[in-house]
Amino acid sequence: MTSADARLDTLRGSTAPLSHTARTVAALTANPGCARRAVLDAAGADKALIAGHAGFPQTSGASQSPFALARGAVFEAQVKAGGAADLIRLLRGKLGLALPEVSYADLEQVGGNTDRDVRYRRTRALLLRAARHPDQAGTLYDHPMLRLQVGGHLAYLEPDVVAFQVSGKFHVIEIKAFAVIDGQADDESVAAAAMQAAAYILTLQDLLTAESLPEAAVSTDAILVTPENFSPNATATLLDVRKQVSVLRRQLARMTRIETLLDQLPPGLTFDLAPGPDEDFTRPRGELAGALEAIPARYQPRCLKTCELAGFCRDEARAAGALSVLGSVVRDDLGSLDSIPTALALASGSREPSADQADIARALRHARNLTDALAGGAA
Amino acid sequence: MTLLATLARVEAAAAGRARPLSQVLHRRLAGQPLVIIPLTLAGDPATPVAAMTGTSRTDQQLLVVSQPRNRDLRLRFLTSLASTVLGYIAARQHAAEIIPATRTHEERRRYADAPQILVPNRAARDYLGLLGRATRFQRADGPYPVDPSVPTLGKWLTFFADRADQPGSALLADLTSILAEHWATGQSPLEDASLAAQLAWIDPPPGMTGLQAALATEDPLRCPPAGPATDPGFDQAILEPLIRNYDRAAKAGSQAGTDRVAAEITTALRGQLEPTWETIWHAIALLRALPETAGAGRRWAADRDSFTSFSSYLGDGGLPQPRRDHAATAAARLDRLERAHAAYDAERALEDPFILAELRTTGEAFAGEVVSALPSRTTTTPAGRTILRPRFTVHTDDPVRIEPGRVLICPTRPSQRVQIADLPRAGTDAEVVLEVIQGMGTPARPRPGAVPAPGELVSYTLDPGYWAPRDFPPVDQTPWTHGGPPVRRAEQTEEPQS
Repeated sequence: MTSADARLDTLRGSTAPLSHTARTVAALTANPGCARRAVLDAAGADKALIAGHAGFPQTSGASQSPFALARGAVFEAQVKAGGAADLIRLLRGKLGLALPEVSYADLEQVGGNTDRDVRYRRTRALLLRAARHPDQAGTLYDHPMLRLQVGGHLAYLEPDVVAFQVSGKFHVIEIKAFAVIDGQADDESVAAAAMQAAAYILTLQDLLTAESLPEAAVSTDAILVTPENFSPNATATLLDVRKQVSVLRRQLARMTRIETLLDQLPPGLTFDLAPGPDEDFTRPRGELAGALEAIPARYQPRCLKTCELAGFCRDEARAAGALSVLGSVVRDDLGSLDSIPTALALASGSREPSADQADIARALRHARNLTDALAGGAA
Repeated sequence: MTLLATLARVEAAAAGRARPLSQVLHRRLAGQPLVIIPLTLAGDPATPVAAMTGTSRTDQQLLVVSQPRNRDLRLRFLTSLASTVLGYIAARQHAAEIIPATRTHEERRRYADAPQILVPNRAARDYLGLLGRATRFQRADGPYPVDPSVPTLGKWLTFFADRADQPGSALLADLTSILAEHWATGQSPLEDASLAAQLAWIDPPPGMTGLQAALATEDPLRCPPAGPATDPGFDQAILEPLIRNYDRAAKAGSQAGTDRVAAEITTALRGQLEPTWETIWHAIALLRALPETAGAGRRWAADRDSFTSFSSYLGDGGLPQPRRDHAATAAARLDRLERAHAAYDAERALEDPFILAELRTTGEAFAGEVVSALPSRTTTTPAGRTILRPRFTVHTDDPVRIEPGRVLICPTRPSQRVQIADLPRAGTDAEVVLEVIQGMGTPARPRPGAVPAPGELVSYTLDPGYWAPRDFPPVDQTPWTHGGPPVRRAEQTEEPQS
């Protein structure tokens, strides 16, 4: 165990590290500049529990509707039914993948064993064998188990399906239940699916390159399988996720260099919630909040949709008068400024602008005068 | 956002209460709008769970689908919704006026009124469009026939959703967008997407700041989301178990059982919808307190034209709108929207001091004091005629960014047009030399007062008349990239005129 691992364990405290999924790995890229998030994620801390105990339970995006989950499960089962007949038809027809003879390998269990590590080793052995014999017929691997280093910890990822085909390429297939209507789908859903697929592709690439096999054997076009229009019928779309793969790679590399962030933290810092005998957390709230404040955050309103801690960070940013709580448009409009009191003082002229604030200060004073004239009954 | 709106947002955050932006209405708020709050099943596209509709706070109708995955129940819901919406539309197709022919237009008929659908937020607006897409191709004949009113509802909803892209149109509008034109909150635009939170900043309950009131709305138990997606916690704890009970009762063949569970589902959904219903009418009441501009009436007349022409399109057995616009149609539509947008901005500047001030921050308008004037300046045309071309100079500290030659107009001199002749700057101030090109009279008979005198305060902005509609080539001259020749189209589908 390295010293960084030990520090991360201390930060997390007595709870077991949170296991990552493709969804949480994808979420790592949402606000890469935020040190608070990077440290807590690297430590595998349960941000939802911490936020709740600090007095800011997540209110939106905390859970998925059971209806959406049920629909997702039904759609996935339908696409994979009968040895993935539906899926093979799509791969052949719609995407023109040459799959002359398709075999189907279910990796959900290995001889009745569903242990993640056992499944991972089986998946790895099969994929490596396939990669070394690319002339063999195409195989669809269902429920494969992949492994990725996230921060100091191993994360197990389960892609929906990995297809291996004759011309020597692995394809990651992402099965999603959101509808593509007249060739268009919800932007946010597609972006999330692309980022998750990127996590699988990156993991597959690493698996191959660790054995000196070419990275190019993994296609960077993910195959998105979704219902078409308002019917339950599946359709397939290719998504080029090269950009997402490189974004994710950069963020993961940053997390493995977590030492630089850890070195700036006060010694002994921990987010241990100190669970008592009756499962209650005994960590004093103020102390926990103080620990969070010891790591700088970079709050932006988008965090409300992607990070469990957002409520805490928003409150902190508001208390500090940070302009970031008002959104990126305001931030862009006000250029170099980052605080609400500074912006107001420059607008009223009660504060002398620094050299780089001269332009924005002039514009703000102009806007202030116009606002005053409007309020003064000129309207 | 302009700097004026940005500053207002910053001030609102510091003050804990929303700040006013534009305080006049640029679009009609109908006396009897049809408010619709749609709720949809999470995950499924266009699978409604409920809708609350009505034309006043006290007239409230609740439509519910007890099992949203049951096609028959869903169709029953859509038929009821169609009855509400189509009935509301039909009531606006009685009285009409005749618009006499002009130089460019033939004589035409126009309904005296038009429908107005109001929804809580942008997502609900898009959802109605999606519902239109899901229903307009359904057929009243064939293997799985639906009530003929359902595809008609689909065509109307599609029409409303398309028309909502027209700037200033009032046929379908969402309240968060309208409120955002009139007040700046102290939170982010992302948080403004919640109507309850936005309204909390604008008109918080007594004893609370806008921030406190907005934070209180984030608890889904106290303030259910305005939809169309329901609160996942509600789905999990209440709706899903109830729907499962419904399925069980239906499977047991118990009519009394399904009726009882259906009543429970209705009560639960009413609880989710009623807070939003109250919020919507609260927002409408705030907006009704704002005065309406003359432009709002003109835009409403354009809406009535559009409504009339779509009514007759459907009356002539109009086909459902295509899934995707034909390339040439799309290009024309985009051009029309761009021009409409520019015209909308320019027209509003003439009627709304706030919009004018906004344009002054971006340099598209300016105001200042007249420092000198040459009211009887003349010039000679290439044909040798002497014409009156008065000039005057305005001193302004506005950051003017208008290319010389653009035609400008003054809100208080609507018949006069000027052009920038010269724009020397001194530091941050500018001396704008303006030449009057219209509304000044002749050298022999100059129009009195056409040229402002030194000392007068004036403001100028772009002339909205500058944006004339563009002519697109006829089909046989349209390039092949946009669907013209040489490919001969076997079937020419008729497209609605909107």
